[in-house]
Amino acid sequence: MVKEIICTVCPRGCHITVEGDNGKVNSVKGEGCKRGLDYATAEFIAPVRILTTLVKINGKENELLPVRSNKPLLKEKLFDCMAEIKKVSVNLPVKMHDVIVKDICGTGVDIVATKSLN
Amino acid sequence: MYNIKCDVAIVGGGPAGLAAAVSAKENGAEKVLIIERDSSLGGILQQCIHPGFGLTRFKEELTGPEYYSRFTAKTDELGVEYLLNSMVLEVDSENKQVICTNSEYGLTTVSAKSIVLAMGCRERTRANIVVPGTRPAGLYTAGSAQRLINRQNIMVGKKVVILGSGDIGMIMARRMTLEGAKVVMVVELMDYLAGLTRNRVQCLDDFGIPLKLAHTITAIEGKERVSGVKIAPVDENKKPIKEKEEFVECDTVLFSVGLIPENELTKKAGIEINRVTNGPTVDQYMQTTAPGIFACGNVVHVNDLVDNVSKESEVAGKYAAEYALGTLTKTVKEVAVQVGRNVRYLCPHKLNIGDKEQKVTLYFRVLFPENNVVLRALDGDKKIAKKKELRVNPGEMCSITVDALKITSNAITVEVVKEA
Ligand SMILES: Cc1cc2nc3c(=O)[nH]c(=O)nc-3n(C[C@H](O)[C@H](O)[C@H](O)COP(=O)(O)OP(=O)(O)OC[C@H]3O[C@@H](n4cnc5c(N)ncnc54)[C@H](O)[C@@H]3O)c2cc1C
Ligand code: SF4
Repeated sequence: MVKEIICTVCPRGCHITVEGDNGKVNSVKGEGCKRGLDYATAEFIAPVRILTTLVKINGKENELLPVRSNKPLLKEKLFDCMAEIKKVSVNLPVKMHDVIVKDICGTGVDIVATKSLN
Repeated sequence: MYNIKCDVAIVGGGPAGLAAAVSAKENGAEKVLIIERDSSLGGILQQCIHPGFGLTRFKEELTGPEYYSRFTAKTDELGVEYLLNSMVLEVDSENKQVICTNSEYGLTTVSAKSIVLAMGCRERTRANIVVPGTRPAGLYTAGSAQRLINRQNIMVGKKVVILGSGDIGMIMARRMTLEGAKVVMVVELMDYLAGLTRNRVQCLDDFGIPLKLAHTITAIEGKERVSGVKIAPVDENKKPIKEKEEFVECDTVLFSVGLIPENELTKKAGIEINRVTNGPTVDQYMQTTAPGIFACGNVVHVNDLVDNVSKESEVAGKYAAEYALGTLTKTVKEVAVQVGRNVRYLCPHKLNIGDKEQKVTLYFRVLFPENNVVLRALDGDKKIAKKKELRVNPGEMCSITVDALKITSNAITVEVVKEA
């Protein structure tokens, strides 16, 4: 499998071509530096992203609580996690970094508040 | 009329105002007052729930609220005062007064020894760019859609086309996709991306959202609600190629076509406005052409990274405090700052050099993307600073630092040249 990956580590944005199979990298081409090599390798094997979204607040129509994953999540899990988060609604008060969903979808990652609300 | 006295008055409680307030306090100003029209502090970052803030400053990827909370914790600790729900109507630069309407006190006058303008920016709208067609419902600027969705829990549409590849538009593309909307495409007039590459990868590519470079929207259709848009590629002169026009179905169009400094108050105060940035002309202290009136953040020039805003605002806060205390260095020489090859604008626009040693960082944007370049600062025709960059592009701010006391001529020029 060949994947083209745009490096986001620095503004140069090198287009890096990675070739490999089943989570194993055989060759990397086009990286401008070592940091890009590491990024592209990780991105090829298992791309991860921080997920941010909003959670409903009980008794409030026009306000939502901003939340994030406390660690990056596997990219392919983002929509599953969104579906889980949509089921939740919280009671105030909430403090910043309070855990809203523990171990979301069995990923070992927690969804936490990014704001304190009273 | 209600009267308040303070040393440094700050108009706007976004990241710029907050950083200026912290720095003014830390540099000896006693009574520092932030005047904010919203009911809470944090400015635009309150609606920026996405990550990507603070990578340079805190070496962490924070969300908007997490980023400004670090500053509000500081302003609370240092005893900065706030006047919330207060819309500033006028800044009197002569008498150093700020006139505002406050929800509790009514019309209020704040008298200060120095003032910092930190009102941020606003979005360019369809009127500024003119897309022909009717005016059905479903047209939003990307930032107003962001506010509706993130702060007011109102979903704006199901099938979306975004005009402009600015950061806010791309971030909204991801946001709406995660919420279950279909983002059909992002259409960009230029043949390069307007925003950060990171946002293209994580907001568009991740979700398979097509980016149409060198394309534009030629018409918006629909009677009551948007039913679709016509898009077409553009030629070298940015003119749409009519024969290649096609119809794209959608119920919502977001405009992410740039930001302009909020400059009404600045203009009314008789402060000189820079023609390229649309913000006030400032020197290295972030002082405007009105003595004792400073400015920082997006009200001066539109920043892509809040980290730069904080840094620049700390400069404004420091010197606003010095001005209030009467310790700001007297100017012995004025030096113009000029744009050279592939530089669109520079900030500060001029240097008021005193007799103390001072390192000055000049921030600038390039006109077009380029690889393997050298950024240079020239004093007359003598090179006084240089820095290599692998890549520069208009979407990302560049900077170069010079030693102000070493400047001998009356003008320095910053240029971007190809590496020899
Ligand atoms: C939608 C969006 C997404 C962004 N995404 C990122 C990102 O991912 N990463 C990043 O680093 N940067 C990002 N930025 C940039 C960053 O948020 C800004 O550079 C930063 O917020 C600018 O700070 P500011 O204080 O100058 O302006 P603002 O945050 O706009 O604050 C200005 C404040 O002044 C107040 N004000 C204005 N006029 C008056 C008046 N007349 N009276 C009283 N108060 C007034 C406003 O209410 C507001 O609170 C983004 C910007 C936007 C708009
Ligand atoms: S590979 Fe290196 S030079 Fe290229 S974008 Fe990534 S970090 Fe920058």
